[in-house]
Amino acid sequence: MMLSPAESDALWLSLSVAARSVAFNLPFAMLVAWLLTRTRFAGRTLFDAFVHLPLVLPPVVVGYLLLVLFGVRGPIGGWLHQNFGIQLAFTSTGAALATAVMSFPLVVRAIRISLENVDHGLEDAARTLGAGALDRFASITLPLIAPGILAGAVTAFAAGLGEFGAVITFAANIPGETRTLPLALYTALQTPDGDTLAARLAIISLSLGLAGLLVSEFLSRAIGRRLGRGRVR
Amino acid sequence: MLRVALRKRRGDFALDIAFSAPTPGVTAVFGRSGCGKSTMISLIAGLLPPDSGRLVVGDDVWYDSERRVSVDARHRRMGVVFQDARLFPHLTVRANLEYGLRRLPREAERPMKFDDVVSLLGLETLIARRTHELSGGERQRVALGRALLAQPRLLLLDEPLASLDLARREDVLPYLEKLRDAFTLPIVYVSHQFDEVLRLATRVVLLDAGRVVAEGDIATMSRDSHLRAIVGPDSVGAVVAGVVKSIDATGFALVRIGDATLSVELEGAVAGQRIQIQVLARDVIVATEAPHRLSVRNIVPARVVSVRRDVGRSVLVELDAGRTATLLARITTRAADELALTPDKQVWALIKAVSLRGHAFNVPER
Repeated sequence: MMLSPAESDALWLSLSVAARSVAFNLPFAMLVAWLLTRTRFAGRTLFDAFVHLPLVLPPVVVGYLLLVLFGVRGPIGGWLHQNFGIQLAFTSTGAALATAVMSFPLVVRAIRISLENVDHGLEDAARTLGAGALDRFASITLPLIAPGILAGAVTAFAAGLGEFGAVITFAANIPGETRTLPLALYTALQTPDGDTLAARLAIISLSLGLAGLLVSEFLSRAIGRRLGRGRVR
Repeated sequence: MLRVALRKRRGDFALDIAFSAPTPGVTAVFGRSGCGKSTMISLIAGLLPPDSGRLVVGDDVWYDSERRVSVDARHRRMGVVFQDARLFPHLTVRANLEYGLRRLPREAERPMKFDDVVSLLGLETLIARRTHELSGGERQRVALGRALLAQPRLLLLDEPLASLDLARREDVLPYLEKLRDAFTLPIVYVSHQFDEVLRLATRVVLLDAGRVVAEGDIATMSRDSHLRAIVGPDSVGAVVAGVVKSIDATGFALVRIGDATLSVELEGAVAGQRIQIQVLARDVIVATEAPHRLSVRNIVPARVVSVRRDVGRSVLVELDAGRTATLLARITTRAADELALTPDKQVWALIKAVSLRGHAFNVPER
């Protein structure tokens, strides 16, 4: 199937937005997952709920809140614009940010579950063997939660390919800038004679989703082998 | 030398322990489950902060609440072997073994060589494996090697055999004996199995409800009433130490104990070896006349020291077999009355050779 320029734009834009959203997500998600599993502080429950908000809020509300905060006249967006000339609203970076916020709870969840499964005893053992806190994280904890991080990243990437509401609200529907696959599909459906285009875009989305699932299955098996799961003695 | 005096309160449970462990030698910390053994390990290793006290190894102070000294666990250079081995699952056996070694300060001495430790613990064929391919006994041996290669000042073994079945224990115990005889380290061995203690340790610290209730050499501790409370009356028996004189034609080792010579079944015994034997109190028969023509191989002349009430209708007779060798015999109250057992009475203790099992120590007696 040959892709038209508009279709391949939408495809690459989707991949790029999803990839950048994952890159935004990972460092913060790791920090938040760490805070939620390994520390006790006042307001922890509230913080936990706040992190999970995007799961229950309508995506349009998330997009709207981003617009309020990160719009050119918003408190954060205004500051970024004035000091660094960075504009997020109505740009592809903004689309990536909106996507990142939407998939953030998924990534935190995946990392958190694997962090909870890491045996503290292993870190204690590493400590008696002379490893400092950062060393323990890098040599023991990180390799052991790698499957969780990867699972979170793959899920966030796959979910990011299809993010619609938050993106269209915060970043609008600009061809070549923020018109990702779902937005292009939506636009095609709004256009007379757009049926064929819509079908083609749907097929692209479907293949992409399937490929993503296969890759994630392959990766998790490879890591499982490395960590010695699967064979139990 | 390790000197421990630490206090920690956790909820309703208060731990207050004080004991010392000499270099070299195995000091067994013996107690029931839940008596505070694991908490004690965490406190000594530095994984749990004590409320107060003092912890000294050799000339180094690791913890002193009065002087506000507290050395972090990672700088204590304490070789800890946990009950569940705690091997790093994402690393090979070699990488596990080298984990502590790689993190040693550059100027640190390295008396434990990689190849020596590997051959002492029989790890040659395991080096390239991943940890999930190891059996339980092999895992514990790798954990021991990993701890040793970190060049520890002290070994802390937290029930390393408790998660193994009886057959698998034999995969590890001989290596523990070799290790004890090969290195000049203080070793603290936490256990709730007295047969392990008998086989490995020369000093015993009895722990009960978070406190040290008795501490001393294994012979003295084997007769302590606190030990009887922990192991139960059927497992009570005096531990006697002696030196193998010779091996007789039938393969029994002749061991000098007190003024007497015992024949003991002892595999691979060599003359001159120091051995420890536990003589269970219920396996000892007491006679008031020198017996003749009996199948019993071991007839030990002794003097009654004391006769104490034991459980039910039995008494525990303490017998002095000469040269600080003391035996315990559990007999019925009626027998004790009929034989008129009173302190200082001359008696003969009869012990079946087949009921004795000795454990050899390859280090000379100190």
